[in-house]
Amino acid sequence: MKVYGIDLHSRLLLGTAGYPSPAILTQSVKASRTEVVTVSLRRESSGERAGQGFWSLVRDLDVRVLPNTAGCHSVKEAVTTAQMAREVFGTPWIKLEVIGDNDTLQPDVFGLVEAARILSAEGFQVFPYTTEDLVVADRLLEAGCEVLMPWGAPIASGRGLNNLFGLKALRARFPSTSMIIDAGIGVPSHAAQALELGFDAVLVNTAVAQAARPVEMAGAFASAVEAGRAAYLAGPMEPRDLAAPSTPVVGRAFL
Amino acid sequence: MKIRVNGVWHDVVCSDVASVLKELGYGDAVVATALNGVFVSVGSRPSARVSDADHLEILAPMQGG
Repeated sequence: MKVYGIDLHSRLLLGTAGYPSPAILTQSVKASRTEVVTVSLRRESSGERAGQGFWSLVRDLDVRVLPNTAGCHSVKEAVTTAQMAREVFGTPWIKLEVIGDNDTLQPDVFGLVEAARILSAEGFQVFPYTTEDLVVADRLLEAGCEVLMPWGAPIASGRGLNNLFGLKALRARFPSTSMIIDAGIGVPSHAAQALELGFDAVLVNTAVAQAARPVEMAGAFASAVEAGRAAYLAGPMEPRDLAAPSTPVVGRAFL
Repeated sequence: MKIRVNGVWHDVVCSDVASVLKELGYGDAVVATALNGVFVSVGSRPSARVSDADHLEILAPMQGG
C-alpha cells in the first residue's frame, strides 16, 4: 500500500488510546505488526508532564505516527491543531477530523473539505475522516487529498461496515485512491471484510485497546487484514440467491 | 498580568510566549503553543507578545485514535 509516496507493508493502522497500561500498548503495537500509530495533542501540565512520557514511549516503538485532530468541531480548530501537530510530531501527515455531531461523531463534511483544502495548500498530507458519500470524496480529492478514510460505523461503536452498498460504491468509483476504513471496526472479521472489498487498510483502536486481552487481539487483527487482502487478490466468488450443488450431478447413482 | 493557560488563570511576569513557558516551568518540554487560537511556532515564540487576558494553549503528545 502506498500513501503519499510511502510504501507500507502492513495494512493495519493502530490507535494508541485506551489501553490498560503503557506496557500493553507497546506489546499490542508489536503484535499488530503495524507501521503506523495514531496520536493526538492535549493540554500539558508543567507539573505532571504526562505527554512527555507518552512521546518517549511512542518514539521507542519505531513506527510512523499519524497525528489526528480529534475533538475539533470547527475548521479553525482543526487547522490550528494540525499546525501544532506538524511541529511537535515532525510529520506532514494529519488525520483530519472535523466533528459535526456529538452523538454519532459523524464528520462535518462541509468543514472537512474546507479544512482539507487549507491544509493541503499549506503542504500537509491529509488523511480525512469522512463518510462513504461519493460527492464528498470527490471534493476531498479535488482539495488535494490522496488518501481517504471513510468510516465503517460510528467511532468506537464496533458495528463493522454499516453501509456495505455505499462503501462498495465508493471503492468502485475511485479505484486508484488509497482508502483506509476508519472507525467502527469491532472484531477481526470486520477488518477482513473491509480488505476483501478492496479497501487498502483499516485503522483500529478501541477493538484492540478494550479487548479482554489486547495483545492477542492485536495479533488477531494482523492476521485478519492479511487474510482479507489475500482473499481480495484471489477474487472472491459472487454471492447467489439459490443453492447450487457443488458436488457434480453427472454420474450420480440412480438408486 | 493575568493570562489564561490551558483554561486556568495564571499571574505571569514575562511578556512573550517563550519566556512565559519558562516561567511556568515547561523548560525543554516538547509542546506546541497557540495564542488566542493562533498557532505560535517554536521560532516565533520569543517575538509573540503576551497581553493581559490572553489565552495560551500548551499542548503535548497524547494517546489518540
